[in-house]
Amino acid sequence: MTGIARSQRILLVAVLGVAGLALAACSEPRSATPAAPVSPTGSSSPALSGTITVDAAASLNTVLPKLAAAFGSAHPGTTVRFGFGGSSALAAQIVAGAPVDVFAAASTKTMGTVTGAKLAAAAPVTIARNRLEIAVPPSNPGGITGLQDFGTASKTIVVCDRQVPCGTAAQQVFALAGVAAKPDSYEPDVTSVLTKVETGDADAGLVYRTDVLAAGGKVKGIPFAQAARAITAYPIAPLSASQNPALAKAFTDYVVQHGAADLTAAGFLPPR
Amino acid sequence: MTGALEARLGVRRGAFELDAELVLAPGTVLAVVGRNGAGKSTALATLAGITPLSGGRIVLDGVLLDDGGRGFEPPERRPVGLVLQQPALFPHLTVLDNVAFGLRAAGAGRADAREQAQHALEDQGLGDFTDRRPSQVSGGQAARIALVRALVRRPALLLLDEPLAAIDAELRPALRASIRGVLDSFPGSAIVVTHDVADAEALADEVVVLDSGRVLQRGPLAGLRAEPADPVVTRLLAGAGQDGGSGG
Amino acid sequence: MIAPAVVGGVLLAGPLVALLVRAPWGELGGLLAGPVVLPALGLSFGTAFASTVVCVVLGVPLAAVLAGSDGWPRLLTRVARAVVATPLVLPPVVGGIALLLLLSRTGLLGRPLFAAFGITIPFTTAAVVIAQAFVGLPFLVLSVEGALRGVDPRFAVAAATLGASPWATFLRVTLPLAAPGLAAGAVLSFARALGEFGATITFAGSLPGVTETLPVAAYIALTDDPGSAIAIAVVLVVVALAVLLALRERWLTGLRA
Repeated sequence: MTGIARSQRILLVAVLGVAGLALAACSEPRSATPAAPVSPTGSSSPALSGTITVDAAASLNTVLPKLAAAFGSAHPGTTVRFGFGGSSALAAQIVAGAPVDVFAAASTKTMGTVTGAKLAAAAPVTIARNRLEIAVPPSNPGGITGLQDFGTASKTIVVCDRQVPCGTAAQQVFALAGVAAKPDSYEPDVTSVLTKVETGDADAGLVYRTDVLAAGGKVKGIPFAQAARAITAYPIAPLSASQNPALAKAFTDYVVQHGAADLTAAGFLPPR
Repeated sequence: MTGALEARLGVRRGAFELDAELVLAPGTVLAVVGRNGAGKSTALATLAGITPLSGGRIVLDGVLLDDGGRGFEPPERRPVGLVLQQPALFPHLTVLDNVAFGLRAAGAGRADAREQAQHALEDQGLGDFTDRRPSQVSGGQAARIALVRALVRRPALLLLDEPLAAIDAELRPALRASIRGVLDSFPGSAIVVTHDVADAEALADEVVVLDSGRVLQRGPLAGLRAEPADPVVTRLLAGAGQDGGSGG
Repeated sequence: MIAPAVVGGVLLAGPLVALLVRAPWGELGGLLAGPVVLPALGLSFGTAFASTVVCVVLGVPLAAVLAGSDGWPRLLTRVARAVVATPLVLPPVVGGIALLLLLSRTGLLGRPLFAAFGITIPFTTAAVVIAQAFVGLPFLVLSVEGALRGVDPRFAVAAATLGASPWATFLRVTLPLAAPGLAAGAVLSFARALGEFGATITFAGSLPGVTETLPVAAYIALTDDPGSAIAIAVVLVVVALAVLLALRERWLTGLRA
């Protein structure tokens, strides 16, 4: 399902991109020049216009649209579209040539996939950090008190698969706590973990602190000490394949400079 | 001797109405003749239990089989055999297992049923066909196998619906004689539905002429020929098989 | 006419050709026997077989009831048919969500089941089989119903007058005569079960050896172990093609009858 939606979107973006390029070539040649200096807040720059696509980790799916709305009112005529998903899958798609302008990952490792392929137009900047938290259903039917319960076979436990950042972080905290975890399912992204806790099918899951906050009262969060030593960072970078590098850079800079308040409000830790 | 039948067959289906009395003495053969749509096949269906009566009753050897209401015995519990115009041999079974089918349904073990079926087929000179599939036998052979299949259950009443209609004309006399032989040694009674007077002449002790769901006349063929009660009877007895259909 | 037909053909065959061209044929044996693919391979074939058995056991009676539904009110027949066919057109993820709402610990049926017996269905191999049976059942029911309707009713009449009860008639005459439709339906539901992904990952989760079937393993492996993902894809494509070649035109006629 998501595959179809994505490919349609990619097609649409490709068409828009080509159209935008043609338009830019006719009327505003300056905006298509990567080296064009653009003020981050952009209010003085007349050059910003068009549409960009931002692929971002699922855990950013409330904060980034908010920031994009503010960015859009500062720069009328620009549109920022989003593709949210598991960071690893998004990175794989970008490496495979998906027409994306900006990438925000949930770990430096997944961003490394993109920078390693020389696809970033600028060095990635960390905008926030996140820590894991145990999520349990509000009534806590499994009687979960801490990380050691993840080693109990009788509890139903779900975590992210090792190949996505939240899964890597989960393995780290298990190692730090010396817990031989016995998960009942390795989910493909953090949203799936959260869903299974929300429906009550899992006694506990490991998700980000921001996910617990975003879920409102549908899950209860249990913090644990080891989480502080498995912090995951959220780097953002404009991509070299962008057809609208000025806008891509402007949006990236905007998030870096003006995102702190919203990110903190959502439960993220400051970048350091 | 078995097969004492006392039946008054009432069926109402739309504009069509069957209301016919059929009485058979044990061991006798009755031919039912009539035009297409006269109600011949419907009459057989009620006797076999395929179509329930809406009125009247069927009593066979003193046992009530249908009274148009609650007293309805389903076909599998009636001592009544039925051979259709198309013999309807089961295509997924061998000839032997087709004949053994009724014995198995009655509770016989597989080996026992097959042995009895083998004997029954051999008695009719069909022993060579036991391992064949129905698709590998001729129309005439299929008709005779279907007859053996029905009789191996030892029914009290045997119903034959146009047994010769699907057979090539030049093969009919031989098959007719073969059926005659089977019926001669059959202890029960039988009803043969036909539109062909030659069948009635060769096979039946008595003839019933059915028209529009009613009995026009009943008696030995010679008597009907001598004193037909209705022009329809005259016409039916004069021409052999002019309508060629299976009746309705 | 020709140009769109060629484009259509390329659209259908192109991805398969690309998969076969790009497949790491040299390493395929090693990948298939490796730690990612082998457990998923065994689990997938095992659960697909089990769900096919479930489909036959539940689907044949369902098909028989539908085949005998001519006397029902028309609306009831249409609703019954629509319900049976729904999983065919439903996105599998939606099927998975629906199964969660029914059978999860807080689900309609799952809650009393858990309260009374302590039984939890999600995250078990049984959940995989249930998800697969859910999506595979329509193929079996529609195929068998078509085949049953195609059996000449005179055979059932003959069986009844030979003393066979309705049950015996169905088992020993009608059903054997519908066997080609049953076989086609079973093979189709097996193939559908083998390819099931959306309902499985939504409802059953993903744990190697327990609930991680081939398609789930392929999806997860795609991000950092594309070789394994392609190896799995090759297996699934080969099985799908084998099934359809074996069925030839029969499945279409079965569903249409």
